[in-house]
Amino acid sequence: MSDEKHITEIEDDLAARPYEPAVSPPTPPVDPYCYLGATEMPEPLPDGEAMSTFKNWCRANSLWIMAYGTGCGAIELRPLLTSRFDVTRFGMAPRPTPRQSNVLVIGGYLSLKTLKRVIRAYEQMPEPKWVVALGSCTINGGMYWDSYYTINRLDLYLPVDVYVSGCMPRPEAVIAGFQRLMEKIKAEEANGWNEYRKNIERYKANQKRVITDWDMPDYNW
Amino acid sequence: MSIEPAVILLSALSVLGGLLYGFLIGGTIRIVMARIQSRIGPPIWQPYIDQLKLLFQRTSIRHGAMFYLAPVFRIVGGIGIYLLVPIVVGVPGLSGFSFNGDLLLILYFMFFGCLGMALGAGESGHPHAALAVSRGLSQMSSFELPFSLAVIALAAQAGTLSVAGLVEQQSGGVGNWFIFANPFAAATGLLAFLGMQMYSPFDIVLAPQEIPIGPPTEYNSSFLFLMMSGRALFGVAKAALYMNLFFGGADSVPEALLKIFLIYLWPVIVGAVFPRFRTEQSIRFFLGWPTVLGVAGIVFAIVMRANG
Repeated sequence: MSDEKHITEIEDDLAARPYEPAVSPPTPPVDPYCYLGATEMPEPLPDGEAMSTFKNWCRANSLWIMAYGTGCGAIELRPLLTSRFDVTRFGMAPRPTPRQSNVLVIGGYLSLKTLKRVIRAYEQMPEPKWVVALGSCTINGGMYWDSYYTINRLDLYLPVDVYVSGCMPRPEAVIAGFQRLMEKIKAEEANGWNEYRKNIERYKANQKRVITDWDMPDYNW
Repeated sequence: MSIEPAVILLSALSVLGGLLYGFLIGGTIRIVMARIQSRIGPPIWQPYIDQLKLLFQRTSIRHGAMFYLAPVFRIVGGIGIYLLVPIVVGVPGLSGFSFNGDLLLILYFMFFGCLGMALGAGESGHPHAALAVSRGLSQMSSFELPFSLAVIALAAQAGTLSVAGLVEQQSGGVGNWFIFANPFAAATGLLAFLGMQMYSPFDIVLAPQEIPIGPPTEYNSSFLFLMMSGRALFGVAKAALYMNLFFGGADSVPEALLKIFLIYLWPVIVGAVFPRFRTEQSIRFFLGWPTVLGVAGIVFAIVMRANG
């Protein structure tokens, strides 16, 4: 860390300040084959327009998971696809690429190096998208609370829709978490992706506060 | 030659029906695979929900023009084969725009969709996509050889290059079907079909768990919708082609649906049993016994024709 402050102290600061303007405004890359038009960063959709009952029913019943197995949580995700738990019953399917995924499952603790990749993966996912965070590590750092290079509160950097507590949560708990996410999507409450758009400056500032060697574009499409 | 508007409308409806049937087969096959692995599996209508969800997504990705055109190429290839192949003989809209020599055009269309996809995947710039495209095209060139040999054998035996002509030759009893009239060609064709459908052991192209998803790595939302629709329609069209080549065509809609489903199931069952080939292994496989069988099929056809 360049400013010699422990990451736990930094996060306490970040959580205490609800809003901070971006370090630098997002600079869109320019491409002649622009699919979205002149404005690279699309406006956040109004919640009511983004969510309608039928669309949400389809979305909730076809969750494609990108399992980001950062820690020990990955081992608890594998049984979900086996004959004992079988999440395909709920229309879920594993997808290996963020471009085709709807749910980013963070499987445990996040070092700063991993956080960079998670942010990239999250921003590459098409909207609407959701984040399910597993285990104590993503909630308060868990057993890595006092570590010098591990974040404690994932919610400061990415909008988390559902937390599944435990160390590690068993597959039954993970399935319960997914079902909670499906309920939230159908009830138009899972709007983390829209919050991310609206408060993009705040999230970017938080991310850049802890990631000192920021060497990626401001927004990764 | 003029085509009546009613025929165009019926053909469009038939393409839609083929697409929906392709998704239904996809859902059934997911359940079949789940049962083989002693799972419950998704509901049978899961592909429809998946497609709708893909349409309801907002994309933020952009690459080049070819990236956008590739799914279109893919689905055009599927529609092209689907419209040329007679699904049910004698039913307007389902009897296909068959003409003498359409077999060659079908062979071209098969390559066309994959070529478009290769160009689009190449432009997406993802290394996995480029890798999978090179694997896919090499595997494709290798199974095209036995498939072409089977088609040549049938054409030599029947003396026609039109699919409708082949169906006509097989009318009048199960014994006339080419699977019995020329078993060598049929065996060659069915082995080549394994490679065509890209189920295991020939799924090195998509290679789940390895190069995650292959060519469509960068495709999402409505692009992926078009691509998956193209794949579903392609599958139905190829199964219908095989039905016409080796299994005597179909005289009624239920017969056609059943035959298409059973032919579609063949590579799935093989895939459930056998693990994946590497690229060079699958090339060696197709250039081995299937090619020998294909040559035998041609010799058999010539002998049969000489004996009347």
